[in-house]
Amino acid sequence: MSPSTKGTRITQLHGAGGELMGEMLDRLILPRLAPNGNDAARIGLRALDDGAAIALPEGTPGELVLTTDSHVVKPIFFPGGDIGRLAAAGTINDLAVMGARPIALTLAAIVEEGFPFADLERIVDSFAAALAEADVHAVCGDTKVMPVGDVDGIALNTTGLGIAPRAISDAALRPGDRVLLTGTIGDHGMALLAAREEFKLKTRLESDVAPIWALLAPLLEGDLRPALHAMKDPTRGGLAAALNEMARKSGTCVEMVESAIPIRDEVRGLSELLGISPLEVANEGKAIIVVAADAAEAALQILRAHPLGADAAIVGTITEEHPKRVILETEIGGRRFLDMPLGDPVPRIC
Amino acid sequence: MSGSFHFSDPKRGKALADAIRILAPPDPFKIVHVCGTHEMTITRNGLRRFLPETVELLEGPGCPVCVTPARDIDTAIAIARAGAILCTFGDMMRVPGSERSLDEARSEGCDVRTVLSADDALAIARQTDRDVVFFAVGFETTAPMTAVILLDDPPPNLSVLASHKQIPPALVALLDLPDNRIGAYLAPGHVSTIIGTRPYEEWLRERPIPLVVGGFEPLDVLYAIALILRQHRDGAAKTENGYPRAVDENGSPAAKKLLEAVFEPIDAAWRGIGTIPQSGLGLRAPFRRYDATHRFSIDLPDSQDTIPGCRCPDVLTARAVPSDCPLFATTCTPLSPIGPCMVGAEGACSIWFRYGGERPL
Repeated sequence: MSPSTKGTRITQLHGAGGELMGEMLDRLILPRLAPNGNDAARIGLRALDDGAAIALPEGTPGELVLTTDSHVVKPIFFPGGDIGRLAAAGTINDLAVMGARPIALTLAAIVEEGFPFADLERIVDSFAAALAEADVHAVCGDTKVMPVGDVDGIALNTTGLGIAPRAISDAALRPGDRVLLTGTIGDHGMALLAAREEFKLKTRLESDVAPIWALLAPLLEGDLRPALHAMKDPTRGGLAAALNEMARKSGTCVEMVESAIPIRDEVRGLSELLGISPLEVANEGKAIIVVAADAAEAALQILRAHPLGADAAIVGTITEEHPKRVILETEIGGRRFLDMPLGDPVPRIC
Repeated sequence: MSGSFHFSDPKRGKALADAIRILAPPDPFKIVHVCGTHEMTITRNGLRRFLPETVELLEGPGCPVCVTPARDIDTAIAIARAGAILCTFGDMMRVPGSERSLDEARSEGCDVRTVLSADDALAIARQTDRDVVFFAVGFETTAPMTAVILLDDPPPNLSVLASHKQIPPALVALLDLPDNRIGAYLAPGHVSTIIGTRPYEEWLRERPIPLVVGGFEPLDVLYAIALILRQHRDGAAKTENGYPRAVDENGSPAAKKLLEAVFEPIDAAWRGIGTIPQSGLGLRAPFRRYDATHRFSIDLPDSQDTIPGCRCPDVLTARAVPSDCPLFATTCTPLSPIGPCMVGAEGACSIWFRYGGERPL
């Protein structure tokens, strides 16, 4: 069962947000679905951004932002959340990091025959509660039931629609910009790992899964908006994958300061124990914000004023030193490349 | 976010970096370590940045699965084909033998199982009548665990394919290779916890060279490097303990007693290096009935350690760094590894790939 790039079949790593998934999209999906670029959208499929930005009809200011996401997390109920909250947060956050106010979401469920009503109720309640936190509503949906064994419990898909004056991409980084993180890194991936039975671990660590529209709204709808050059939510593949994507798309170098990256002690401890870097596992309630240097401190203060942004920090700088690469200045003062992970080391985390 | 002292403390790191800079030798000087965990600390923390331009720091034969010769893997596969349950560590599964890996043998129908310890293999043997063979690899750190199961009245269906190796003889052998101007050794902390510092002195008596035992935190490694460079400056060539909070002169008497009871030194083949006298651990006479090579009559063709284009032999002998190999990170990656150093989690190539070690920044 050794995963290989040369094989004829899809492995879990092809869906893990890292190098292998990128190769598959480039080779198999993009030439078929976007053969001549993306005329229908200003930010479209080929941008491989968190969502698409589509211009409104001539004369109407603003852009529609559209995103979609499927969720197959295991376990379905995990410390700090469940698949319902994850589905809502994942889609709302993809809109928010495109700079768009969420307007409406869809919810499609594929459920295994025999799934308890009580569990479905909990999941839908939790989905609804997360929508309320972002003041957005579900407007349509779909339900399919599959025979036992054809789906593992439940899988959810959500599509989100948002509106922005002009969507913010994950590619417009400029030398001199600062990198902000809205909070601690690695919580979701490590909490899920710890919750899996095979490790027999006891920890109080919880997933950070949360819709972050309310956290980002004061930035996105305030005076600093023009200074926000790029944003991205570091989900699968974690901070390492997200930063590498941003560096490659923009042709810049992202220089990170390891000691400035907020990481909980529990996450650090688990990371040592399991040999998995906290920078390579998913976050579900965080954003990377690349902001003009002169606006960085003000943006940080705005983030810190919200409870979800209490641990926000300035963690890096955009330079031209090694274009398309991410450099990590390590805690002790060494330096190394922080590369794109091959895939997320933890399968089925979102 | 942690307590008062931590081993990545940048202030103490800077003090050691200053010391290293002051001690910088005027001429090229090569330090070799023999431990995947050291390489992990060095690469993950970007410690090569602290080295003066004249100083090189390379991993030698520090990854036990990487130095396991193809012949041993071929033997393990032949035993599995003969119908035994073959148990080994996960890292061993994908290491290439002459023609195939254990993983490939498993996909062809052999019963090959990964275990986390020798104990797991013993447990499997106690639950079946089939032959169970533990393919035992590792240095002085893992060999005592193999000794424990053999002293624990194992069932008659259990046997061991022992490929354990000892570090000090390899340090001597490396010095004799051509084009290998080794200036000093950074010796592995955990092996030294077992054997103590004395074996290094004994083995290197005829070939004096600075050797410092180092721990695995970033500050431990920088401290050991500073001690090495101080010896070099002073023209010293002695065994020095840079990890006294875990290591002493004598090592662990309990672990050494286990090793002594079950194993005796034998000549052993190391992948990439060749046969090194007295570097292996063979089963003593009372335990030979548990020797899988005696239990199964295996007749193998000549084995093939080298792989075309792969520079693992040079990496394993500290004559090249991973990025010197044209296959590194191009056709050879942890997902489709070509050489053993990209397979083993402790292999230099695997570590450089995962932690961005292609060149010092």
